[in-house]
Amino acid sequence: MARTREQLAERAAKELQDGFYVNLGIGIPTLVANYIPAGMEVTLQSENGMLGMGPFPYEGEEDPDLINAGKQTITEIPESSYFSSADSFAMIRGGHINLSILGAMEVAQNGDIANWMIPGKLVKGMGGAMDLVAGVKRVVVVMDHANKHGQSKVLKECTLPLTGTGVVSRIITDLAVFDVKPDGSGLELIELAEGVTLDEVAAKTEAAYTVAAGLG
Amino acid sequence: MRKIYADVTSALEGLTFDGMTVMSGGFGLCGIPENLIAGLKASGVKGLTVISNNAGVDGFGLGQLLETKQIAKMISSYVGENKEFERQYLAGELQLEFNPQGTLAERIRAGGAGIPAFFTATGVGTLVAEGKEVRNFDGRDYVMETGLIADLAIIKAWKADERGNLVFRKTARNFNPMMATAGKVTVVEVEEIVPTGSLDPDSIHTPGVYVDRLIQTVSEKRIEQRTVRSRETA
Repeated sequence: MARTREQLAERAAKELQDGFYVNLGIGIPTLVANYIPAGMEVTLQSENGMLGMGPFPYEGEEDPDLINAGKQTITEIPESSYFSSADSFAMIRGGHINLSILGAMEVAQNGDIANWMIPGKLVKGMGGAMDLVAGVKRVVVVMDHANKHGQSKVLKECTLPLTGTGVVSRIITDLAVFDVKPDGSGLELIELAEGVTLDEVAAKTEAAYTVAAGLG
Repeated sequence: MRKIYADVTSALEGLTFDGMTVMSGGFGLCGIPENLIAGLKASGVKGLTVISNNAGVDGFGLGQLLETKQIAKMISSYVGENKEFERQYLAGELQLEFNPQGTLAERIRAGGAGIPAFFTATGVGTLVAEGKEVRNFDGRDYVMETGLIADLAIIKAWKADERGNLVFRKTARNFNPMMATAGKVTVVEVEEIVPTGSLDPDSIHTPGVYVDRLIQTVSEKRIEQRTVRSRETA
């Protein structure tokens, strides 16, 4: 069975480590915040200028001066701090954020990612995505394995305009988990979702990959 | 008291001209100088190049200047919340330059700090780097980006003293502090002007040297995505 959105977020939460400063993208990555293990110290960064993001406010307590990068109302918590956009991206670009979990339209076997533009469609902009993939120490992509037409989103080469080149370390899909090998030799399949077979992944993956020992 | 103006009209008087470049603070609708934007609309100034992370929503924020077609070009990182923007852009009536958000913030910071250009890894190997100088430092490629300044910066802060020292509130800070440094003239709207000496000098986010004109205004502060949790779930 392919993973649901919630199961994808739950799997992605396993990427978190105690003490990490983390930036979560919009969509499924945002849900990862719901699966931070109790007792683990994880600080969420919002690139519009906040560290230590709290949950949504109670109704009636929304503050228009307090939003996340998705423009949603949020709250502050005891460890919160605020700063300018320049400081925010200095901590991103400067490699001070440990992990970014992002969605993507396509990822290639060399770690290229495309997640901001589809030619011929209205382009809304890249926001902070290019800065995050270029600057954050470790970039993990969470996405469906195939697009809505059933085509693999894990590719030999991206076809869409890139957000960054050679920046993705790990790909978590509804079917499987791949590592982008740091030596540039391609992908390694390291996990299968429950009930998913090697044959199913092979049939639905365009990229070349090796299979980790113990999976085959 | 010489920085304090009575209202939006007087605060913008003599500063606007057709074809000018304006920086406008804010992220989404958070921390935008909504009264000064309305003032630009009322001034009738045309052919604006507007540098702002976003383009407002239909009928509010910079959306107001789009409705009146006063904007010729936007330099932004994300503009997805505005139908009129979309219509004008697709019709070829509006120019658009996308900058990665951190590159946009740093271009403004650099401009205000007298730095004409800098190198960043952001955008290397993408459309953003096309036509720009790429240089290798310590084994990694970086693209050259230039500093930005504007004829006018319009800023929203929470509090100011009478000398223009500014304090921002929560995530309404965003692009405002850098833009305050990068305007040839910087006009700031605040919710409260307090007597000089009543702000803690250690807590001032933007020193008054960057502020030319100041007005106290009432902001609507619209919320773009109202998200809440219920009290039952703990």
